[in-house]
Amino acid sequence: MSRGFQGRPRRSDVRLPPGQYLTEDFPVLSAGPTPRVPQDRWEFTISTETGTRHTWTWQQLVALPAEEPTVDLHCVTKWSKLDTSWRGVSLDVLFADVESAADFTMIHSYGGYTTNLPLEDLLDGQAWLVHSYDGDDLPAEHGGPVRLLVPHLYLWKSAKWVRGIEMLAEDEPGFWESVGYHDYGDPWREQRYQGD
Amino acid sequence: MATLRERRAESPSAVTLAFDVPGWPGHLAGQHVDVRLTAEDGYRAQRSYSIASAPGGEGLELTVQRVDDGEVSPYLTDALEAGDPVELRGPVGGWFVWRPGDPSPVLLVGGGSGIVPLMAMVRTRRASGATAPFRLVYSVRTPADRLYVPELPGATVLYTRTAPPGEPRAPGRLTRADLAAVPPSDCFVCGPTGFVEAAADLLVDLGHDPARIRTERFGPTGG
Repeated sequence: MSRGFQGRPRRSDVRLPPGQYLTEDFPVLSAGPTPRVPQDRWEFTISTETGTRHTWTWQQLVALPAEEPTVDLHCVTKWSKLDTSWRGVSLDVLFADVESAADFTMIHSYGGYTTNLPLEDLLDGQAWLVHSYDGDDLPAEHGGPVRLLVPHLYLWKSAKWVRGIEMLAEDEPGFWESVGYHDYGDPWREQRYQGD
Repeated sequence: MATLRERRAESPSAVTLAFDVPGWPGHLAGQHVDVRLTAEDGYRAQRSYSIASAPGGEGLELTVQRVDDGEVSPYLTDALEAGDPVELRGPVGGWFVWRPGDPSPVLLVGGGSGIVPLMAMVRTRRASGATAPFRLVYSVRTPADRLYVPELPGATVLYTRTAPPGEPRAPGRLTRADLAAVPPSDCFVCGPTGFVEAAADLLVDLGHDPARIRTERFGPTGG
């Protein structure tokens, strides 16, 4: 116990994962400079273990049926932001014609960032490629023109500046996962670091 | 579990806290720890703080900037007393780190309390006798906001609001000229989000390899 520590007033109406605190603004966290990718040069590719490539341009992406998820964000650096509004395309739509027996994926971003996810966490309405935030184009510092959104895992899994998904038969660690962060990253089980 | 050994004021709003941590495994310059506080009713709050000290001995130092409406930092800077226990988790982070065996030139760019992990790098270089060339550009609002003054005689200090008497550079934000004429280096940039975005963009613009620019940002909601 921390002698004399009281903390902020408890809010019984908000349910947060363990160890998280509520923030109203939108902090930025990334490992390097913000890549600047114009919409007309952005491209997204799903590549399977057999080498088949499925590619979308910006125009093709925004022409797909869109959804407007409102979700809670949980960052491993402890902040949570509730009820954020996005617009984008469900990965169920993008994977509809992809044939693969692989169970794992590596997400690749412009700028070289990577993060790994099981395929099942990207499907069934759990993940989107989003291009709008709060009614506007997604700003570059928050991952624009397009980022991945996988809100049931810590936010580092929601790769910014996303450019592709590589299907993998075996799980491999991505960028943060290879420097001490948890392989899966479930905020409700507080899987922040390796060994959690 | 850590025990506060001593506290030192670094500026009117920042305090260095030296902790004894039995069994501390050591750390790399640039890593951080999670500090976890527990209230009487079991409520817990945790935040990450960069380690300021070089590795060595069973302990470490944090420098904590007081965030006036923060939940954790005012407790650490105002209420925590020598002998008090604190729950620490770490060291954490394997990307924003400098290793003394690396001979590459290094450029450190710090804004405000973003100097803390960079100070750990400067101290680690000094303690290890490493000879990699280091250059430090340190941006603060006013002279009173400077941390670690006696230890950073060679730093280029930029003042954004108020400069000390005799300072030739007019107060203002970091510009391209402030970062010019730096040879290719491993760049470490740490500070508030706006500062890091601006500094990293300038470095890319000046021709630095984006893959050699490592950033660590903190938002205004820290604390």
